[in-house]
Amino acid sequence: MFDLLGEILATMKRNKMRSFLTGFAVAWGIFMLIVLLGAGQGLQNGVKSEFEGRAINTVTLYPGRTSVPYKGYRSDRRIRFDERTVEFVRTNIPEVGYLSAGFSYSPTSVAYGKEYGTWQLYTGTQDHVKFEHMLFPKGRFINEVDMQQRRKVVVIGKTVVEALFKNGEEPLGKQIIIDGIAFQVIGVYEKPFGQSFSEPMYTPLSTALMLYDRGWGINQIEFTVEGIDTEEKADALSERVRAKMGAYLGFDPADTSAMYVRNSAKDAIQTFRIFGFINMFLWVIGFACIMAGIVGVANIMLVTVRERTREIGIRKAIGATPWSIIRSIIIESIVITTVAGYIGIVCGMGVTELISRGLNAGGGGGQMPFKDPTVGLGIVFSVLLLLVICGVVAGLIPALRATRIRPIEAMRAD
Amino acid sequence: MIKIRGLNKTYNLGLPNALHVLKGIDMDIAAGEFLSIMGASGSGKSTLLNVIGILDNYDTGEYILDGTLVRGLSETRSAELRNHKVGFIFQSFNLISFKNAMENVALPLYYNGVPRRKRNELAMEYLEKLGLGAHAHHLPSELSGGQKQRVAIARALISRPSVILADEPTGALDTATSREVVEIMREVNRTDGITMIIVTHELAVSKATDRIIYLRDGLIASDEHNPNPVIEF
Repeated sequence: MFDLLGEILATMKRNKMRSFLTGFAVAWGIFMLIVLLGAGQGLQNGVKSEFEGRAINTVTLYPGRTSVPYKGYRSDRRIRFDERTVEFVRTNIPEVGYLSAGFSYSPTSVAYGKEYGTWQLYTGTQDHVKFEHMLFPKGRFINEVDMQQRRKVVVIGKTVVEALFKNGEEPLGKQIIIDGIAFQVIGVYEKPFGQSFSEPMYTPLSTALMLYDRGWGINQIEFTVEGIDTEEKADALSERVRAKMGAYLGFDPADTSAMYVRNSAKDAIQTFRIFGFINMFLWVIGFACIMAGIVGVANIMLVTVRERTREIGIRKAIGATPWSIIRSIIIESIVITTVAGYIGIVCGMGVTELISRGLNAGGGGGQMPFKDPTVGLGIVFSVLLLLVICGVVAGLIPALRATRIRPIEAMRAD
Repeated sequence: MIKIRGLNKTYNLGLPNALHVLKGIDMDIAAGEFLSIMGASGSGKSTLLNVIGILDNYDTGEYILDGTLVRGLSETRSAELRNHKVGFIFQSFNLISFKNAMENVALPLYYNGVPRRKRNELAMEYLEKLGLGAHAHHLPSELSGGQKQRVAIARALISRPSVILADEPTGALDTATSREVVEIMREVNRTDGITMIIVTHELAVSKATDRIIYLRDGLIASDEHNPNPVIEF
């Protein structure tokens, strides 16, 4: 084997310039493939990071108005969600994982001592943190006991802390007055992704229903589901939920305006399917680039074989078998493609790595959904495998031509 | 050693421009013979040599080399037979230009699966024997015609073949060098006992051999014993 490589390197050295140019075409093709795949990966990572912190498979139910009469009920009837509806969803839909529900309330004033302002008050269950990614530098989120005892507790954002608690006063445990009712601050949260200018305050659903429900009820119920990985499953789940809710609240399951079901699993599946297409497309383009390189290698190998007709004839006369000729030409081709391809991979990885660094230094890409455009080791290995296959393909036709060389004629030619 | 019966060879068989080159050759060559085949160009002597060297096939008749019937062999089998049983010496040397003398000599052993160190040692040994030890690392382009032909002889010898076939070995050489090459071939034949078949149209070369076969129009015109071989150029 070592001997064989020595033989091949000796013949390659004869034509340094040609071997280099051939290799360059392959290196360029691989470089393009890596950069393209890196770009695709960057786009995917960017969009994924926007999804990050949110449970991807969530179903959200919003009450609406019926548009058709149903079982004696008139049309244009308001559908109302209340605490019992939440319990119904929790106990009657087996797919439910985490569940939260709530509505928002706009208090006229939120005060602490002499300071005051106004912020939205959102409600939720203890599971709300599963739907929205929150960090707690201080304190905690609502828990089960808060829910059961309808405690008047509140979780506030940093803007509220800055506005109400001057001179670095500790907010935890303090009472803030929301529209004349005192709430105890139990936690301060931060959202790592997506700045919201008005950071809402959170209070337990049970407490809020007791204090602020003016008959409108709850305006959304959201829950996570497991194992929804195809659009068909997502649609089927939506249909099942609609049927159960229709039976419970008295509306036609086919009446989409009575209750709106948003299934984020479906969105996620569609988004990732698009990435599947983009990735495939990039592979096709990248592969076309490599194909150009392969044709170059095959072409050069053909020229080489023609030029070496005499030499191959001599080798055959002194006992080279057809297989040994084929082998040496194909291995020469593989050596050119893999060495050049390796250089292409290294350059491509270098460029994607540089872009990635640049993006990170420039503040994480800003508004662009683009992040960490580097390709994984798995892709690199499949590209290497592709290269070897390409080397064989590129060497095959020239090698077969070489075996057809007849020694007598080859040696006669000068 | 070599047994040929009724050998026929036609180029472009079945075409209007068919050329019947060998028209039924019968020939027996014993081991250790030193003979020459002569004839005008077109007499079929090179074709005969190619058939004997398994570089070309034939149409009818039979050719037995060292007990093996050579007919309809696969490319691989022919290559093996050539590698083990036949050594070639050509008019135009046919050395590989980018390999030095030693590597050229060692090449048949590469195809024989001999490890590099072993085959380079052997190649050096043969080069020394032919007085080229000092030129072992020269490329063919740095050698004179006589030196190139000696390298080619060393290459033909290294796999210890049963027969060495020489096609106009002195054709590209001046008289002094021709003499030198023929002397070496004679020497190799005597010391190693390798059968030597030389195709030539130079009378001086054939006079140095023990047996002279004349070909004319694809047939053996005469087959004479030369009782008194002399090397005279």
